[in-house]
Amino acid sequence: MEIVLIGLNHRTAPVELRERVSFTANQAQQAAEELRSKGVLSETLVLSTCNRSELYGVPPESAEDSTGAMELFLATFHQVELMALGPSLYRRRDREAVRHLFRVSAGLDSMFLGEAEILGQVREAYQIAVDHGATGPVLNRMFQAALEVGKRARSETDIGKRPVSVAFAGVKLAEQIFGSLKGHSALILGAGATGEQVVGHLRDRGISRLRVANRSRERAQELAARVGAEVVDWETLPAALEWPDMIVSSVSSPEPVITREMIERAMAARSNRPLFMIDLGMPRNIAASVTRLYNVYLYDMDDLSEIVEQNKRAREAEVPRVEAIVSEHVDKFEVWQASVETGVVLGELRTRLQAEREAFLRERPAAMQHLSAEDRQRMAQLMDEMVSRVLLEPAERLKGVRDLRRKLQNLEALRDLFQLNREKP
Amino acid sequence: MFPLPAMTNYWLIATILCYAASFAGYVTFLATSHRNAGRAATLLLALGLGAHYLALVVRSQGSHTVPYDDLYGSLSLFAWLLAATYLGLELFHRQRSVGAFVLPVVLIVMLFAGRGPAVPAGQPPASGPLLALHITMNVLGYAAFALSFVLSLIYLVQNQLLRRHRLQSAVWQFPALETLERMSRSGVVVGLFSLLVGISFGLMWFHRIYGRYWNGDPKEIITLVILAVYAGYLWIGRTAAWRGARASALCVINFVFVLFSYSIVNLYLSGFHRFF
Repeated sequence: MEIVLIGLNHRTAPVELRERVSFTANQAQQAAEELRSKGVLSETLVLSTCNRSELYGVPPESAEDSTGAMELFLATFHQVELMALGPSLYRRRDREAVRHLFRVSAGLDSMFLGEAEILGQVREAYQIAVDHGATGPVLNRMFQAALEVGKRARSETDIGKRPVSVAFAGVKLAEQIFGSLKGHSALILGAGATGEQVVGHLRDRGISRLRVANRSRERAQELAARVGAEVVDWETLPAALEWPDMIVSSVSSPEPVITREMIERAMAARSNRPLFMIDLGMPRNIAASVTRLYNVYLYDMDDLSEIVEQNKRAREAEVPRVEAIVSEHVDKFEVWQASVETGVVLGELRTRLQAEREAFLRERPAAMQHLSAEDRQRMAQLMDEMVSRVLLEPAERLKGVRDLRRKLQNLEALRDLFQLNREKP
Repeated sequence: MFPLPAMTNYWLIATILCYAASFAGYVTFLATSHRNAGRAATLLLALGLGAHYLALVVRSQGSHTVPYDDLYGSLSLFAWLLAATYLGLELFHRQRSVGAFVLPVVLIVMLFAGRGPAVPAGQPPASGPLLALHITMNVLGYAAFALSFVLSLIYLVQNQLLRRHRLQSAVWQFPALETLERMSRSGVVVGLFSLLVGISFGLMWFHRIYGRYWNGDPKEIITLVILAVYAGYLWIGRTAAWRGARASALCVINFVFVLFSYSIVNLYLSGFHRFF
């Protein structure tokens, strides 16, 4: 049983190449089917995200140079020159392939260290493969372990804890004031990209009500339609400020669009319920002096960028702890693999010896002529028992070996000596 | 650490160990956000509460009432109710991050209570279920106020960190401002309720024995003041001018009355209430 992986990611390949060899869900399924029907792999899984395309597989026992065949397949499937693809590819086997997957799912191999999406993408890729019967016992076990590693990395360490994007940092900060965002409301000023990112996170965190205001009503309507918000007239802005618990502003304007007086009035109208504001404008949209108002919390781009920088460093500090979790699971997987292998080798050995016994009896018909059919059957049974007894102790010893390396060596030796090597009938 | 009295109350030692381990768990949870550390802390706290209950039972054997007539016993009861109220609030609000600040208070009170004799020297002058309920409910009230005090303090710290843009790690580990405010308010609600019930039991008990309700004891007056200032907090904390940090500051200041009642009034002014 062997595990192979070939792939490329944001570290090894430029975005143009990554785009060309990426798989849609349908393509992933089609590729998995072809790989198996062509006999390149007996178990396959295609993991394709915006930052990586990877083929995981277990080749049939008899296959040789399966990575070469996989590379060729990848190049042909996407109509890319193998020569152009080759230098960007990484190839991993067994332990290293397993470790690679575990690191990917823990977020260690991501562009943003510890990002959460990758775990969902691994889960999805695995689900698709399982639904189409592309995986088998080995990849099932491996991907289930990978999902567990991803979960543990995020729950037991801070690798994915603190926000590393300005938009998410703003939303997390809001949660430090309001707790859950359910039952709270937000007003978005301006229809810029960062503002929209914030809105996406707000939606994810369950914000109840969203409104959008922009100087150009059209753009406000576009954004509102995309994110499911109501549109507020720009002219009614001072009054509109009374309504939300949270204001996100990213308007391009030479002078502040929200003055201290406007917020003072709004706070009086909302009887001083806390107001959280993010000013993403450059120059700033909100008069800085509003921070002095009671129950008003204002953060600008610099504040949020600083959080992001700090958090990135904090995540990097968590890497060794995540690597430890990865190693723990790689070892665990290998132990499982060895025990499965042990069962397989012992089974093959028994089959092999029984076949010998049959051949042995078949070759000597004369010596058995005087025996009745019943006696012959009895004799065959006794010889089977003999085979079992001979195997008993070595089997126990083999299973009892604690040291993984030795166990694998023993298995290899058995295969070698009894010629069990990858000879499927 | 402390000289153990001749008759050692092993449950008390078990209690202190559980609380200390729980404290360590809460601190780990606060620092690393490991969910399992938090779970372990809560579990240890629950175990500690069980052991503490048994310690109180052992201590009260012979006196047939809740501990009130000796300083150590009444402190132990206070610590038990404080820990129990905290556990209740933690489970109700699903918020573990303040355990690291409540457990030290519990531990300090317990370590002090643990220095006393395992079994009080004399028979308390009075007993009976009404008195026991009066004592327990009042102490529960004070414990709940103590909890609100801690929560409001954290609110003030968290608010300062947020307003001054000190966005280092502590901000991210503390509960949200609104959560702290809600927890603090529920602490006060629990406190007011149990204090009212406790006072009623006290008055009934007093009436049964002496035939009148009002004793004119300074403790009675300060308790009414405490009721008033906390009721005031609940009411004023929702008004425009006060909601938020000012209400929390008020809650912190209110606790001064509780401390005053517990210390000066008990020691020097009241002839009737000695240790609670």
